[in-house]
Amino acid sequence: MAKVRVVHYINQFYAGIGGEEAAGHVAELREGALGPGAAFTVAFGEEAEITHTIICGDSYFNENVDVAKEAVLNFISQTKPDLFIAGPAFNAGRYGVACGTICEAVAEKFGIPVITGMYAENPGADMFKEKIYIVSTKNSAAGMRDAVPKMVKLALKMVKEDRIGASIEEGYIPNSRRVNFFDQERGSKRAVNMLLAKMAEKPFTTEFPMPDFDRVAPNIPIKDISSATIALVTSGGIVPKGNPDRIESSSASKYGEYDITNVMDLTEATYETAHGGYDPVYANQDSDRVLPVDVLREFEKDKKIGKLHHKFYTTTGNGTSVKKSQEFALEFSHKLINDGVQAVILTST
Amino acid sequence: MVKEIERAGIPVVHICTVTPISMTVGANRIVPAVAIPYPLGNPNLTLEQEKQIRKKILDTALEALSTEVDGQTIFEVKW
Repeated sequence: MAKVRVVHYINQFYAGIGGEEAAGHVAELREGALGPGAAFTVAFGEEAEITHTIICGDSYFNENVDVAKEAVLNFISQTKPDLFIAGPAFNAGRYGVACGTICEAVAEKFGIPVITGMYAENPGADMFKEKIYIVSTKNSAAGMRDAVPKMVKLALKMVKEDRIGASIEEGYIPNSRRVNFFDQERGSKRAVNMLLAKMAEKPFTTEFPMPDFDRVAPNIPIKDISSATIALVTSGGIVPKGNPDRIESSSASKYGEYDITNVMDLTEATYETAHGGYDPVYANQDSDRVLPVDVLREFEKDKKIGKLHHKFYTTTGNGTSVKKSQEFALEFSHKLINDGVQAVILTST
Repeated sequence: MVKEIERAGIPVVHICTVTPISMTVGANRIVPAVAIPYPLGNPNLTLEQEKQIRKKILDTALEALSTEVDGQTIFEVKW
């Protein structure tokens, strides 16, 4: 079988052209392997060969994405590789974004296997991990020796159309794809084994890692709550009857913003829950049990609070991704600030 | 969402039943609620009794919003 033809994308630094001062280097095509390409050449052995190397400055790429992408795609048209590799970019942000962008573009236009490598916190990793295979690397070039064999192994599997294993087996950054398979032991046994290991303080590997949650420092308290404008937000899915915006019962793709001017009480006839993750009977009977508009109206009248904000924000919290929730809240928080809201009561079911 | 609201600069209190989740997520001001399907009510009681529960929880929430905290704090409702 003929050797697999490979084109390799690297930045100005790894090409030996220069550092930041050369980051404006325009995209260029050279024959043969260069820089980290030497390590790839060794790892490919007789199976594949880097025929060409594309070099582009990181700043040039990111500041002229369309032009740079077009130039690289033209180089690919000329050189007709069977496989495209980029980087690895380790924790270099612009390089990572360039590698991800160009891999995605090459895969889309030419339908050939593409692969890159990055440190998990490279911003390019989050941007492209669900679109292309990104081998997880260390955060600096010291990780080259680990990264190259992993990238080569996975790349050749892709070329040969072999079965690609799970991220933990292949070493790529998890791409949110789930594949069903039969394990040798059933779930209950695996769960008990994990629990026993945990109790014995032995190592164990979760089958469902929780997402990372970062921390935000608390804001300073409200000085005079009796004059403050307070808004209600809920992940309990309370919506006007009929769910006019069709907020999904789980894995919500949107949030609702509803006006409650002159609404004194949420009733069975006017409001309900769209949430599919808890028994909706009680919330449908009286949505104040989740979104306490009635009592806050009383508080308003009794001057315990200044005002209940005339809009509330709502979504269904079950199965909704951290990312989506962040996007929703980022967006409506700005609206709340612009509307002069000073505090929020968020209810969850 | 609670964290993004906080990050935007608005003090926020999270009323929820499963407070460990709220702790994991990173809420700073937390008030425990009654039950998952009715955090601020109780269908086994009369509507007037339910309203009293709701008031107590919301009084605690207002207290939380008025209180300086230097980390994650659970404000227990005084029944």
